[in-house]
Amino acid sequence: MTAVRHTGAEGFLQRFEGLRARLPGRRLPWLEALREDAARAFRAQGLPTRRVEAWKYTDLRPLGEAGFEEALSSIDGGQALPVAHGGSARAVLVDGRFRADLSALDGLPYAAGSVAAALPGLEGRIGTVAPAAALPMVALNAMLFEDGLLLTVPAGVAGGVLDLLSLASGGARPEAFHPRHLIRLEAGASLTLIETAMGPEHDGTTLHKPVYEIEVADGATLVHARLQQEGRQGFHLSAVHARVAAGGTYDNFTLVAGARLTRNEIHIALTGPGAAAHMNGAQLLAGGQHADTTTYLDHAAPGCASRQTYKTVLAGRSRGVFQGKILVRQAAQKTDGYQMNQALLLSPEAEMNSKPQLEIYADDVKCSHGATVGEIDHGQLFYLRSRGVPEAQARSLLIQAFLQEAVEGVTDEAARAALGAAVTGWWEREALA
Amino acid sequence: MSLVIENLSAAVDGKPILNGITLAIPAGEIHAVMGPNGSGKSTLSYVLAGRDGYEVTGGAATFEGRDILAMEPEERAAAGLFLAFQYPVELPGVGNALFLRTALNAIRKHRGEPELDAMQFLKVARERMRTLNMTDEMLRRGVNVGFSGGEKKRNEVLQMALLQPRLAILDETDSGLDIDALKIVADGVNALRGPSFSALVITHYQRLLNYIVPDRVHVLLDGRIATSGGPELAQRLEAEGYATIQAEAA
Repeated sequence: MTAVRHTGAEGFLQRFEGLRARLPGRRLPWLEALREDAARAFRAQGLPTRRVEAWKYTDLRPLGEAGFEEALSSIDGGQALPVAHGGSARAVLVDGRFRADLSALDGLPYAAGSVAAALPGLEGRIGTVAPAAALPMVALNAMLFEDGLLLTVPAGVAGGVLDLLSLASGGARPEAFHPRHLIRLEAGASLTLIETAMGPEHDGTTLHKPVYEIEVADGATLVHARLQQEGRQGFHLSAVHARVAAGGTYDNFTLVAGARLTRNEIHIALTGPGAAAHMNGAQLLAGGQHADTTTYLDHAAPGCASRQTYKTVLAGRSRGVFQGKILVRQAAQKTDGYQMNQALLLSPEAEMNSKPQLEIYADDVKCSHGATVGEIDHGQLFYLRSRGVPEAQARSLLIQAFLQEAVEGVTDEAARAALGAAVTGWWEREALA
Repeated sequence: MSLVIENLSAAVDGKPILNGITLAIPAGEIHAVMGPNGSGKSTLSYVLAGRDGYEVTGGAATFEGRDILAMEPEERAAAGLFLAFQYPVELPGVGNALFLRTALNAIRKHRGEPELDAMQFLKVARERMRTLNMTDEMLRRGVNVGFSGGEKKRNEVLQMALLQPRLAILDETDSGLDIDALKIVADGVNALRGPSFSALVITHYQRLLNYIVPDRVHVLLDGRIATSGGPELAQRLEAEGYATIQAEAA
């Protein structure tokens, strides 16, 4: 009997065939070739199944069955937008399309705008940090992306805080969008980017599948906070690919509070001496939610430091996944790597899977990892209650304390405050539910 | 009467630990419960405070006429009961100031008093901390995290001073304390003494009772009160140990 290869990829490939004549940049030969190559790679590999080691704990079958179509954006300028977290600068994407009419980017000391509008000048900048060939989910994005945020902070410029709102408008039919964000900080530049992903407001089924290509040059610092609070029928599959050069710092925090199924992949390469990566995150899950954080950290240069702290709180029948691989290449002597992932189970039906993985080829390195899964400590709960604190409030305090370490790891104050507020908001919603 | 315990029995994991304790503390009095290791001292304090896993198998306990055994731990605290822990629990990630204010406001809410904001709380807390020789730094740390044994016990007394209970149960509060810390803890308890404050001081040694002089002393053996007396009973135990009383009780 012949096994029929059916991974749910067909629908996406059909959509590519139908859309390709209308996709932005269709007259650019390099881009057309890039999309062709991506489609070939995606066709060959399909949507990853659980038989693929990297996808062992996350089942994408519901994605293939949903039958996604192109998004018909329905958010206009009259709609109230969520409150910004930092300064006055704001970039807005609706269904993965940059919206100049909703954004506030005037007078910035750096360039921020639409990827689609700038495509003719972007040869060599797309697909370099995040190559599609070996990663079918990156290939899917390369095949179908329409737009994204294009951001370049010139050398030495302190960019302050930029809010990025990624809104899903949703519709009667399942809608998918695949933004490609291109972020470059030149030597010595700095920026705090706080992304909030929301919507749709009703229970529309959406797929938000962003890919980030991030370049942090010598001595530059990018703080990148992502707050994902999408609707309960949402699928969120992101891939962050970052390269950090000598003395540069990339600080990523990812909060997962929304969507039905989430997978956040974070691939960071430390390519120059003294580069640093801080990766922190919190997954706050309830009901039947599934969230997967998968990190790949490539220590490719000597004297680099990486810190990862991931916390997952699981209520209801939720499922959490953490997979973290640290690769220390032979050249990366004096590497200082640390990875911790911890889960707090609030319900006997919740489940956490974690898989740390170290691969070390250099001999003079400091590298440690740890993983814990536990419940709320009864002794701590009793201590609080014995002081008159009602049980629900006592639990809330202990959950927030559990998350504290990950939030504290965020170096930027505005980003930390936004995260703290998101964590508190999640708990208040869950406590009322 | 403040606390009335009648024929109280309790088990942990199905194993009987308390085997019919009877004890009454009139309002305004301080009683000591002394006993060797394994006699049920800590179990008694946990049963009264309502800890999970301590199963009451018989008898009753009332505080100011109310059945406390039927209450949740937080309801007992709201009713005016306070347990000073033998091993105060560490709460990493929960700031001590937030913890103390949350507890104080929970109790104030029950009493129908307005809650305190951060500034009002700080003023009240600093006043109490001065007399306990505690620094502001101990407010900023996580609850009991990185505290020495003495600091933990002082933090317990600080909570008691802030929450103003009408019945305090001190579970071996003297264990691991040097003489200076012991005096500070005793001063904290003595400061609350008055016609509407009672305390149950649970201890292995007589030493603490030099500083907190009890009205009555009860000796706990095998989960029962073997004998009771005045403060002189504590002196006798110090001189003779528990063996004599064990022999008398047998």
